[in-house]
Amino acid sequence: MSLFSRREMKFFSKFRSGFVRLFLGAAYCMPLGSSIAIAQSPTNIFDPAATPARSIFDLSMLVLAVTLAIFLIVSGLLLYALIRFRHRPEDAQHEPPQIYGSNQIELSWTVIPVLIVVMLFLTTARVILGTQAIPKPKDALNVTVIAHQFWWEYRYPKLGIVTANELHIPVSSSADANPTYLNMSSADVDHSFWVPRLAGKTDVIPNRVNTMWIDPKVPGLYLGQCAQYCGMQHAKMLIRVYVQSPADFAAWVNQQKQPARQDFAADPEAAEGQAVFMHSACINCHAIAGTAATGRFGPDLTHMASRDTLCSGAIENTPQNLRQWIDDPNSLKPGSLMPAMHLNNHDLDAVTAYLTQLR
Amino acid sequence: MSTTQVVEGIDGTLTAQKGSPPRNVIYEWLTTVDHKKIGIMYIAYALIFLLVAGVEAMVMRIQLAVPNNHFVSPQVFNQLFTMHGTTMVFFVGMPILFGFGNYLVPLMIGARDMAFPRLNAFSFWVSAFAGLMLYFSYVGASGLYAAGSAPDVGWFAYAPLTAKVFSPGHSTDYWTLAVFLSGIGSIGTALNIVTTIICMRCKGMKMYRMPLLVWLYLVMASLVFVTVSPLTAAQVMLTFDRYLGSHFFDTQAGGSAVLWMHFFWIFGHPEVYVLVLPAFAFVNEIIPVFSRKAIFGYPAMVAASVGIGFISLSVWAHHMFTVGLGAAANTFFVFATMVISVPTGIKIFNWLATIWGGKVIFATPMIFCIGFLFQFLVAGLTGIMLAAAPFDWQLGNSYFVVAHFHYVLVGAILFALFAAFYYWYPKITGRMMSETLGKWHFWIFMIGFHLTFDFMHIPGLLGMPRRIYTYEANRGWGEWNLIVSIGAVVQAIGLLIFVYNMVHSYFRGKVAGHDPWDAWTLEWATSSPPPDYNFAILPTVKSRRPLWDLKHPEDPDSDYE
Amino acid sequence: MMRDADAIAIDETLDPSETPWTLPYRGTVGMACLIVAESAIFIIFVVAYIFYIGKSLTGPTPAQVLELPIFGTVCLLSSSITVHYAVAALRKGKLRACTVWLAGTVLLGSLFLASTAREWYHLIHDEGLTIQTNLFGTTYYSLVGLHATHVVVGLIMLALVLGFSLFGLVREEHAEKLETLSLYWHFVDAVWVVVFTVVYVLGR
Repeated sequence: MSLFSRREMKFFSKFRSGFVRLFLGAAYCMPLGSSIAIAQSPTNIFDPAATPARSIFDLSMLVLAVTLAIFLIVSGLLLYALIRFRHRPEDAQHEPPQIYGSNQIELSWTVIPVLIVVMLFLTTARVILGTQAIPKPKDALNVTVIAHQFWWEYRYPKLGIVTANELHIPVSSSADANPTYLNMSSADVDHSFWVPRLAGKTDVIPNRVNTMWIDPKVPGLYLGQCAQYCGMQHAKMLIRVYVQSPADFAAWVNQQKQPARQDFAADPEAAEGQAVFMHSACINCHAIAGTAATGRFGPDLTHMASRDTLCSGAIENTPQNLRQWIDDPNSLKPGSLMPAMHLNNHDLDAVTAYLTQLR
Repeated sequence: MSTTQVVEGIDGTLTAQKGSPPRNVIYEWLTTVDHKKIGIMYIAYALIFLLVAGVEAMVMRIQLAVPNNHFVSPQVFNQLFTMHGTTMVFFVGMPILFGFGNYLVPLMIGARDMAFPRLNAFSFWVSAFAGLMLYFSYVGASGLYAAGSAPDVGWFAYAPLTAKVFSPGHSTDYWTLAVFLSGIGSIGTALNIVTTIICMRCKGMKMYRMPLLVWLYLVMASLVFVTVSPLTAAQVMLTFDRYLGSHFFDTQAGGSAVLWMHFFWIFGHPEVYVLVLPAFAFVNEIIPVFSRKAIFGYPAMVAASVGIGFISLSVWAHHMFTVGLGAAANTFFVFATMVISVPTGIKIFNWLATIWGGKVIFATPMIFCIGFLFQFLVAGLTGIMLAAAPFDWQLGNSYFVVAHFHYVLVGAILFALFAAFYYWYPKITGRMMSETLGKWHFWIFMIGFHLTFDFMHIPGLLGMPRRIYTYEANRGWGEWNLIVSIGAVVQAIGLLIFVYNMVHSYFRGKVAGHDPWDAWTLEWATSSPPPDYNFAILPTVKSRRPLWDLKHPEDPDSDYE
Repeated sequence: MMRDADAIAIDETLDPSETPWTLPYRGTVGMACLIVAESAIFIIFVVAYIFYIGKSLTGPTPAQVLELPIFGTVCLLSSSITVHYAVAALRKGKLRACTVWLAGTVLLGSLFLASTAREWYHLIHDEGLTIQTNLFGTTYYSLVGLHATHVVVGLIMLALVLGFSLFGLVREEHAEKLETLSLYWHFVDAVWVVVFTVVYVLGR
């Protein structure tokens, strides 16, 4: 074969050893890199904190081990074959012996993958059944999740609570199992509920109710976000799950059950803000329990000042942010369905003062 | 093609007789029904769209390089990933593979053209029109006065986001109609390929003597009509919904969003195999030639290809593990999906066995095939991870999935395509591509590829969903995304070297001669580039490797088959 | 290194066992492919129909408004027989008979279309069922309409052939082509059997 000059062959062999080094380097770097990442990310799927995520984690370790073994064996064989059977200039005269196939060998590399597949399938099926086909405990907390473009509505039917964007649930210790069941549907387009440390994702689809359950073992804040493209602000449809100790959760429930604060005798600005709110288009979309505001298109604001964030977790809940949000939602979240309210500065301050009082 | 106008040389080259009027080149290309010219047009058209969609990818990577970036607006970003996906699948992947099929299949089976040359031209022009129409949405989607409304519903366009209420204006209509028309073109070409393979083989080219490339194109084309047709039907339904007010996917009127998912993925998953089977086809031709050995286990390779074709029809719902189909359905689709790894594994092992005992020549086409083998292996293994439904509940719709399917589409299919370019370029143009530039292209592109797509898995594992225009800084995704974006730049450099190599070699390349690789299939029996009628005298074959028989009369393949 | 392999194997003779070398007619194969593709399209519409049976939020329901289109069905199914005889006649070179059978086919096909048109008129005008009314209307008009579109396409092609044969342009050597067309027509009939079963039997 006179296809390649000697220079070209040398050029290549230089790179081949480079490739081997790169490959080994990558192999060493990967676990190192991943362990750094684990320390950093609050949404790491390999850091499970509830049973569904834990059983996925266990399965994933098995699958990773099997696939890694397959990768090492097959790529090792390939590398060996490529080096061992490379073309050597001193033996260019003859074609190698032509071998057309071998039934025994081919049968063996059909049967072995079949066995691996059967093993993986059975393990996977067990996890599927263990997560999706187990009976629901009678005393489980039910939360109705309604996804909207681009925020989350949470309803606690038995407790009579309606809230938005920040889901509060009790911790479920192994002594006192207290799972939460989420019955999910969508008001508009497809969404997906995904909090990686608690469970895999479940799609939230209009005209359909999907159910998932979580039983977080450790109190804390768990983050996630919508995982099905749902329109312009899909990226800022974040999820915050507050897992609380039984006492904290009971306190939160108690507070959320209160009607909205109505008496603003001590705070004239808030009282004026309340009047502006009740006489503007705000009430078409937002509800504040016990007032004329009963709209359902936007988040319930009865206790909005008790929440940490605004616009579905995208920004911190501060008076400045709130004011800017009311004034021009597009500046914070372009494509949000909340219109700019075109209030004058005075009214804007008043409404902000009112809403920040809704604890 | 009137025979009085030409003199057939003994080697099959065509010489125009003196005195014949000069031809109008543009008119000739526009009106051609020659499978080779149509094939070249398909490839050229796909390459243009490859660059366009590549630029879209670059813009997205700049936007995602750091958290909370404002390089492009959310709407522009959403349009970018919609257009990137749609373009790459329908206007790069399909046409480029059809282009190679058009060019190679008749040559490899010793035919003079496709079975229906005019249908062939029609299909190409319909597809070409569809691509232009998709991009016309950038100026025309809401009328010229509101330019810039390209589709922004994602390439699988889940209902009801595509309904008139959630997607007003005409951007989604451009998407629907472009995909519909491209489907018509694809079905036409697929029908043509199947008919050509069945009805136009030269003497002695029995089914079991066809080159594996031809077999794979047969399976791929057959898959096209059972899978692209459902998509076409679904697009008709969506258009009815948007224009006639019907309720197929109208959840307010009792319609089902999940039905669209089923219809889309009945197309969408086999589509992956439609794209990857031709890649297998190229590798099946190139690895044996550069290992100097016959393909190992031809019957098993054929059976595995046909098997993949059939099994691929029963795995679509693995895209829907998170939809809530229920434990039983999920379990079934886990099984079907995992089973497909068996025939795929057979293929990888047979390629390995072809190399085993050969004399591997590391020419550019071969090193791209080697890249293909390693990367396809990894893509298959991450596929197994995703096939384990519970693991998919975490990984589905995350950047892990994006990395996985780019490993298939770029790491496997694009690498195989590059191999095919370097391998058949001499046949198509008559000149060799530069080996030195080819090696530079390979190494730079491969480093870029691994930087991008190896590291792209990690943000997925850390909970980063796909299709987000930006992300929070506290999630620990920033560093990984930066590496991914840098890799994209490196890939772009590699791609530019490839483009330069093609242009440069067209004018300055070494003259190839008819059989530069010392290969064995029929396309190398005619001159480079082949004459309009391919073969002066239609060949007769006695084995799978007719040119091997000719070169080794003492030891012909026909003795062993 | 490079061998002159041009115009290979010109003189090689085939094994006696391998001759003669005949391959299927490309029209037939092409039509078979088209039929597979079209079947896939129809399957999707049929699946949508079955999936939405009984899911409409408002009336009218199929049971209230649909009647069995016996007459149209008989016409369409018999047209399959007449087109078969047209092909058989052409094969034997009986051009006159072929023309007559073709005319019969076109007539029967048109009668089917007319009966569908009458049914639609009744549904739209008397029952107020349109494609916008409910899921039944949506799936019914699109499935039956898709089939009717195929009947129209088939009729146009058959009418063209009939026109040619009236002018004496259809001859014995065109038998294969007419047969290809008849395959399409048989397919349209077969689809009707499925549509009939799903829409008028199961769906009611």
